[in-house]
Amino acid sequence: MNNPIRRVGFGLMLLLLLLVAQLSYVQVVRATQLSKDPTNFRVTQRDFIRRRGQILTIDGVIIAESMPSNDQLKLQRVYPHGKLYAHITGFYSLLYNATGVEKFYNDQLLGNNNPNVSGIDALFGPDPTRNVRLTIDSIAQQAAARELRGRRGSVVVLDTRTGGIVAMYSNPTFDPNLISDHNDTHAKEAFDGLTADPTNPMRSRATGRRYPPGSTFKVVTTAIAFDAGIATPESTFPILHQLNLPLNGGTLSNFNNVSCGGQLKFAFQQSCNVVFGQLGLTLGETLASGGERFGLNHDAPPLDIAPKIDGSLGAIPGTFQRSQPLFARDAIGQADTQTTPLEMALVAESVATGGTMLVPHFLAQVEDPTHPNPSAPQASAKIWRSVMQPSTASALNALMQTVVQSGTGTEAQIPGIVVAGKTGTAQTGIAGKSPHAWFIGFAPAQAPRYAIAVMVENGGGFGDNATGGKVAAPIAREVLRALFAKRS
Amino acid sequence: MSVAAPIKTAYGRRRRNHEFSLGFHAVVVVVAGYILLAFSKNSNLPSDLPFILGGMLGLYAIAHLAIRRLAPNADATLLPIAAMLNGIGFVAISRLSQGTARNQAVWAVVGVGLFIMTLIVIRDIRVIAKYRYTCALVGVGLLILPRAPSPIGVTINGARIWARLGPISFQPGELAKVLLTAFFAAYLVDTRELLQRGTKSIGRIKLPDPRHLAPVLAIWAISMMVLVLEKDLGSSLLQFCVFTSMMYVATNRGSYLFGGALLFATSAYFSYRAFSHVRIRVTTWLNPWPVAQSSGYQVVQSWFAFANGGATGKGFGLGSPDRVPVAVSDFIMAAIGEELGLFGTVAIVLLILLLVGTGLRIAIDHPEPFTKLFVTGLTVILAVQTFVIVGGVTRLIPLTGVTLPFVSYGGSSLIGNFIVLALLARASDSAVARQIGPRA
Repeated sequence: MNNPIRRVGFGLMLLLLLLVAQLSYVQVVRATQLSKDPTNFRVTQRDFIRRRGQILTIDGVIIAESMPSNDQLKLQRVYPHGKLYAHITGFYSLLYNATGVEKFYNDQLLGNNNPNVSGIDALFGPDPTRNVRLTIDSIAQQAAARELRGRRGSVVVLDTRTGGIVAMYSNPTFDPNLISDHNDTHAKEAFDGLTADPTNPMRSRATGRRYPPGSTFKVVTTAIAFDAGIATPESTFPILHQLNLPLNGGTLSNFNNVSCGGQLKFAFQQSCNVVFGQLGLTLGETLASGGERFGLNHDAPPLDIAPKIDGSLGAIPGTFQRSQPLFARDAIGQADTQTTPLEMALVAESVATGGTMLVPHFLAQVEDPTHPNPSAPQASAKIWRSVMQPSTASALNALMQTVVQSGTGTEAQIPGIVVAGKTGTAQTGIAGKSPHAWFIGFAPAQAPRYAIAVMVENGGGFGDNATGGKVAAPIAREVLRALFAKRS
Repeated sequence: MSVAAPIKTAYGRRRRNHEFSLGFHAVVVVVAGYILLAFSKNSNLPSDLPFILGGMLGLYAIAHLAIRRLAPNADATLLPIAAMLNGIGFVAISRLSQGTARNQAVWAVVGVGLFIMTLIVIRDIRVIAKYRYTCALVGVGLLILPRAPSPIGVTINGARIWARLGPISFQPGELAKVLLTAFFAAYLVDTRELLQRGTKSIGRIKLPDPRHLAPVLAIWAISMMVLVLEKDLGSSLLQFCVFTSMMYVATNRGSYLFGGALLFATSAYFSYRAFSHVRIRVTTWLNPWPVAQSSGYQVVQSWFAFANGGATGKGFGLGSPDRVPVAVSDFIMAAIGEELGLFGTVAIVLLILLLVGTGLRIAIDHPEPFTKLFVTGLTVILAVQTFVIVGGVTRLIPLTGVTLPFVSYGGSSLIGNFIVLALLARASDSAVARQIGPRA
């Protein structure tokens, strides 16, 4: 039996040497490539323990920085303002990776490819990290959080000259410090609690959730009608108590069941549903194709820190013939019309800029603290969409001014500054749920500086009496007032 | 047959002294690893160091003294290799989980206890051959035990390979493979001449009389079926290799190897077609990257760990082997690969190779056919089991879960391995005793 045993031994030796070969292949030949694989946790960890720049607001408030820690990782990412900027900075967690600015400006914060630091310097030389300055203004962000007073909702403020986001605050929110905790158990506890929370605090309501925009959408319907030459501010409509919709589509009534109608400019000021329902029917397919110009049923706005935010929806092209009643409801911001607060801020911005939506963004500039460069180019305005003609924009600007002067939006008035706006009270379509309160607008109306959208989910406690004018307009006023008070 | 007191020879005494010195070095390496591990976490000597040091030294001193008394001519490398493998495994486990390491230490004590027990009870390996059918029955019974209704049969981590007796869960398969190997050896020794010759002819192919092949094929088929039912692919592959190579060694006919390979290919193909879990294993093996977050997660994490270790390793306590799932048992090699590098993993493979070489040398030296065959079978188990698990975690072959002998965490496996070690020691002792004869 000895010869076969020797041969078996030879075979077994071959098997074990195959293992040595495979081990060498994995541990030596493939090692470098595997150690660079972005899905390799160790890559994340290597980056994680590197120095990292600050995140600042445009007015220089530090909203994320690295502080020395006593544990193995040496540095702890700290968010000094807790919940206030959570949806913007995101968190920086070993367990859950990074989100927000921490994720999308990771290379800049780490100083990867910093042109001022080259070669050996990157290893031993000066701190290569760079600071990321955002377009966010701490005054506006604080005002938004303060004025929402814990109610679920969202405030978005845009700089109408650059497209930069001046404020973006949503309730509920979360504390990124808890998820960035180096103690895995604590981080997991916080993260699991937040993901289990049905109100979904980690998702920004400004970009991550669609709502019926209600009457604020009449700005879009009006713009489409003006652009198409179907109506002018002076076009006259019948005064009605309710609008009977075609194809047995039921009726459309006005707020508080009043009768209204007449000239379009008065209908806009008083937010008269029957007129805009009629306008939607008159526009027909034009409402759907015009909506696409505003980005509805299309791409989401190209935001720099969250490339996968939600897009907005509107009347579905090609369906007018068979679903005419829906088009009447779409025209007043109900039914198929579903938008994010960011989308509605862009609508307000498009009126303010004379017809264009700018690419919204958070980044003001990347700064190298060791090479201060005062003439660093400011991020310039880029056009995302041209949505209406300048003449249409200026006509709407005038209409929106009358809404705040003497229409549904008087609560948004600021002494000494002309505010233009539009209110909305959007039925949720769910029985027992109070309507969402909306306000969109911009100021100063003659030479716009800021555009704003405010949305308070389910009226924020005012119940069925909640209106955009009562609940959302005051928030917009206070946020804008805080911004203008600071500038003067 | 009666066996007198162990025969002591000068040759045996020299072997024992070698064993003592080799074992001492193994303990030094392991304790040094334990100290390095402690320093990577904080800069103090671990408080339980005297206990670990004393425990390791004590345990192997006892095993060494037992061999001196009970098998004085046994091979000198068996115990030191086992100590080294078990010790490195222990340090790697305590790096991952202190609690698991404590359990493993208890199992090591039980294992050495059973090692000594086996040496005491089995004074002559040939005794086992007398109980060949008992071995077969108990072996198959143990294999079926996990299928018994709970509370006896239990499913842990998706595999129904566990049985529970009171508070203790164990894997009866670890003992079953030793018993079935004993049965195969005994039966093949009886019938090998008949099997060798081939009495029936089909055309030009000569086949052995089915009557002689039937019992062994029946036992083999039952054990394969049970293992497939338990989805324990690793063990069924292992059983298959052991059986085929023992047939080959018993008959010296290459056609059995060829037939075995053919049978294996066919059954592998059909189980690939029949069982979705086999298909998943194979597709994951061919390309784990698209499923890196689901079925491929384990092996991708294992590769990352190996790669991070590179040639020299990160050092104990300085890698992230806890990222690899089930790192203490099936994936212990990945944990060692990350922190000890290619040097560490190749050292482990070479230690196993040394053990396999020792085993086969014992088989060749031994004059008696049953022992030859039995020892060969036990050695093939050690080698193939290592190949299956290390090949699996390095993606050389599809992953199937078996333990790495002496290294992985697991009480049943460790105990089974120590019993095998005792049988090897007993066989090598009697081989020397027979050749050199009494000199005392």
